[in-house]
This record gives sequence, C-alpha cells and structure tokens, in this order.
Amino acid sequence: MDKIPILRLGNFLLVTIQVDLYDRLALNLEADLVQMVNKTNARGVLIDISAVTIVDSFMGRIIGNIASMSKILDAETVVVGMQPAVAITLIELGLPLKGVHTALDMERGMSLLKSMIDIDGEDIDQESTDDGIITQ
Amino acid sequence: MSLKTHQLLQKKKKNILELWMKNQLADEGLREDLISNDELRSQSEELVDALVSNLSSQNFTDLNSDEWSPVIEILGGIAITRARQGFSPRETGNFVFSLKEALLEVLQQEIVNDPQHLFSESLKINRLMDNLSVVTFETFIKGREEVILRQTDEIAEISTPVIRVWDGILALPIIGTLDSARTQIVMENLLQEIVETGSSIAILDISGVPAVDSLVAQHLIKTVSATRLMGAECIISGIRPEIAQTVVHLGIDLSNIITKATLASALSHSFKLMKLEVRKSTPIAKF
Amino acid sequence: MVLSLSKDTVQVLKEQDVVFLKNRVKEVAVKIKMGLVNQTRLLTAASELVRNMMRYANGGVCQIEVVSSGRNNGVRLIFTDKGPGIPDITAAMRDGFSTGKSLGLGLPGTKRLVNEFDIKSKVGEGTTVTIIKWANG
Repeated sequence: MDKIPILRLGNFLLVTIQVDLYDRLALNLEADLVQMVNKTNARGVLIDISAVTIVDSFMGRIIGNIASMSKILDAETVVVGMQPAVAITLIELGLPLKGVHTALDMERGMSLLKSMIDIDGEDIDQESTDDGIITQ
Repeated sequence: MSLKTHQLLQKKKKNILELWMKNQLADEGLREDLISNDELRSQSEELVDALVSNLSSQNFTDLNSDEWSPVIEILGGIAITRARQGFSPRETGNFVFSLKEALLEVLQQEIVNDPQHLFSESLKINRLMDNLSVVTFETFIKGREEVILRQTDEIAEISTPVIRVWDGILALPIIGTLDSARTQIVMENLLQEIVETGSSIAILDISGVPAVDSLVAQHLIKTVSATRLMGAECIISGIRPEIAQTVVHLGIDLSNIITKATLASALSHSFKLMKLEVRKSTPIAKF
Repeated sequence: MVLSLSKDTVQVLKEQDVVFLKNRVKEVAVKIKMGLVNQTRLLTAASELVRNMMRYANGGVCQIEVVSSGRNNGVRLIFTDKGPGIPDITAAMRDGFSTGKSLGLGLPGTKRLVNEFDIKSKVGEGTTVTIIKWANG
C-alpha cells in the first residue's frame, strides 16, 4: 500500500506530495496526518504540492479537511507551491480553499507558520489580516 | 461536327490569354504598384494553362472532381498572396471575372451561326467561372483572416508585459479591453512570473482599461483568487473615479480585494506588506 | 462543424484504470499541442467525471477523441455508464447540489472548465456526459 511520508521537524509536520493523488492515497494521508498531529502535538502542518499537476474537487476537499481537522487540534496548515495551472483550475471549479493558508514555497510557508504560532490567542487573526496574505 | 467546347478552348489557349491580359491591363483598377505586368502575365498564363488543360466534357459543372484541384490550388495561391499584398476584394475578383469575359469572347468568335449552342456553352462557362470566383473569394477571405489572427496574437503578446518593480513585487499594466481570452493570457503570464521570480505581491494596474463591467470584474476577482491560492497577494490599482462609480452601481463586490487608486499607492502598500520602508537619506554627520 | 479525427476507448472499472485513463487523455492533449493550463482543466474535468462514474455507477466507459473544427483542434471525452441515472439534471447542474457527501461542485464545476458540456441521463438506464476542450480556448 502506497503511503505519503510525513516528516517531523520540531513543532511542524512536513508533507511533500510527489505524485498525483488518487482517492485512497488522499484519504490515507488525511487520516495519517491527523493521527500524527495528535501524537506529536504539532503546531503546524506544511503541505508541499509543487509536484501535483491536478487537484480536483475531491482532493481540494481533502486539503480543506486536513486544515479544518488540524485547526481543531490546534495546528495551522499551510499549503505551499501550488502550480499556476492548478490554482486557475481550482478557482474555475469554484473551490477557493477558504481557510487554508498558502505560501509560494517551503521557506515562506515555514516563516508564515512561525509567525502564526509565535503569537498566541487572538493576536493570530489580527496579525493575519494585517499581513493581508491570509484570507479568512 | 464542330469541335467540343473544351477542345475549342484548348486550341484557342493563346487567344484567351491575350484577351485576358488585354482586359486586365485595360482595367482602371490595375495595381501596377503591387504587381508587375510580367508577374501578372506569368500568373495568368499559369492559371489559363491549368484551366484549359484540365477541361473535359464531363467536369465542366462539377468543381468537386479531382481534375480541378490543380486549378483551385493555383487560384487559391494567387488569392492568398493577393490578400497578403493588400489587394482589395474587387481587384482580386476582377482578376477572375476578366478571365470569364475572355473565355466568353473567344467562344463567341468561334461559335457562329448557332445561337442555341453558343448560349448553352456560355452558360456552362459562366457557371464554372462563378464557382471559381467563389473559391477565390473564400481563399481571399481566409488569407485576410490569417493576417487578422496573427495580429491578434501579436497584440495579445505585447500587451501583457509583466514588470518587476521591486524585489518580490511584480506589476502588470493592462491596456485595452479585458475580455475572457485576454484575461486568460494575463492571468497565466502573471502566475507564471510569480513562480519564476518568487514574488509575493503582484499589482494589476487597470488605468488603461476603458471600462469595467461585471464580466471584467469577474475576471479580475478570478485572477486575484488564483494568485492567493498560490500564496501571493494581488493588488488592483489604477481605479479611476468613473470605474469606482460603475463598480458600485453594478453592485459588484470588490471588498475582498485590495484596491488602490494609483500604482504608486499600490507600491507603497506593498512595501508595508513586506515590512519595507522608503526614506529620504539624511547625510551622516561627520565628527 | 466538429470532425472526429481519431478514437480510442478506455474501460474504467477499478482505481488503476483511472490513472491509465488520465495518462491517455494527457497524451492526446499533448499531441494536439494543448497549453498547460488547458491540459490541467481538461484533466481535472476528466477526473471529476470519472469519479462520478466510479461512485454512482461502479464504473463505465470513456471514449477519447481528437476533434477538429475549422483551424482549432480539441479533445472530446464521452463518459458512458449504466448506473442509476440522474433524476433531476437541472438540480445536479446547480452549484452546491449533491446527493453524495461531496461539495456538489462536480458537474457545474466541470462545465466551467471545458468549452462544451452535454449531459444525457435516463433513470435506471445510465448517464452519458460529453465534453470538449479546444487546444486554444
């Protein structure tokens, strides 16, 4: 059974999706990630999808699910490296991935995560809108 | 028994060409600036050759038969070159019509004393040449369309330059009407450039866009949303007062989008987002 | 007028077939020089439709065609299944409508991604969805 590896880096979990997700793989990833967040007390999840060429409504939903579930477990999710073609397609499909934070690459995603969890409590949302980068 | 019409025309090939050339040269609309007489002659000769040698008694009325394809090819070639050279439709049409006249004239000279035969043969020639004229026009228009398409592509290419105004800030001035096809190109270029330069802010300047209706607004919103999905921010600048008015009157909601009146204010907002400061340098006091 | 230049049929019954189908569609799209963004739109649309076919009808058949109209080439995909059919197509084409547990973006979203979209369905007999994506457009 194929699995997507989840790496742990300090308070963060790193996932790099190197293949186009098919349904079962995506569902497994969702389950594994939530398990890991819980087990490691991670504060942030970074998902790199720069190698993914297709995100349809099902996979978009999985990404949204991961973000919402992690949020309940007090971890923020940042999706990084989305390809232009994928972004355009998702918008036309009607799936703007509300509530999911995005960044251009791993490095920026990492600093975005850090800025989000460094400041606790209400300040998080305040900081986010100031940045204008996060859409709530 | 007199000769069949096609044999007759084959025999009189030289006459036809001479008559045709005379017709063409006598025409006031002759474009000596676009084509030399020698060139015109060789074009005409080629066409008459192909036309007359492919004539047979059966294919007179059936332009779909294979025997006509060399003629249509030559005619098409001539029509396309003429479209590119800037001949008018009338001038291109006269090229074929004057051939028809030459053919009919020869026919008239040859078939004497038999008006009925002359009439029926003339009708055939007429029909054939009308068909060929239609082919000429179709190809002519196709040639013109190609020119237009190429220009459209060129305009689309030149009109969407993505400029790097600062390290990490891109600007894209849009000039002209923003339709679906154009938005597509603008959006793709912008997003691609974001990836390539790793820029986190893109400014779309619409001061050169004549009008914003709900469709254009839709396109802008789409571009902004796609930019955000990739993890960058998109600011729309260059909103003139009239545009602000129409946007509100049309009930378009741009509240989720950062909008600025000028490119300058968009740039200074970008600096703020990137936590950059622009200051006047003060001379360092020397001790 | 739309002319069909080549035809190919792929059976979709298991998850592996889905991957195979997507690869075939991509090959065809690359062959007619479809741009990357349009390729992505086409493949995403195919992905949505093939998922519907798997979920509601336990699979079906997809016909891949290269079509041409004037100077433009494109890819036509015809998804045919013998599933339960869709009772109310108008409702199914509305954003946010779903009988399954999905976001309800499948059909209306797919329509937005392609140039031509046609759906025919008979309850108890099955559903046929036809889409065309032009290389430029």
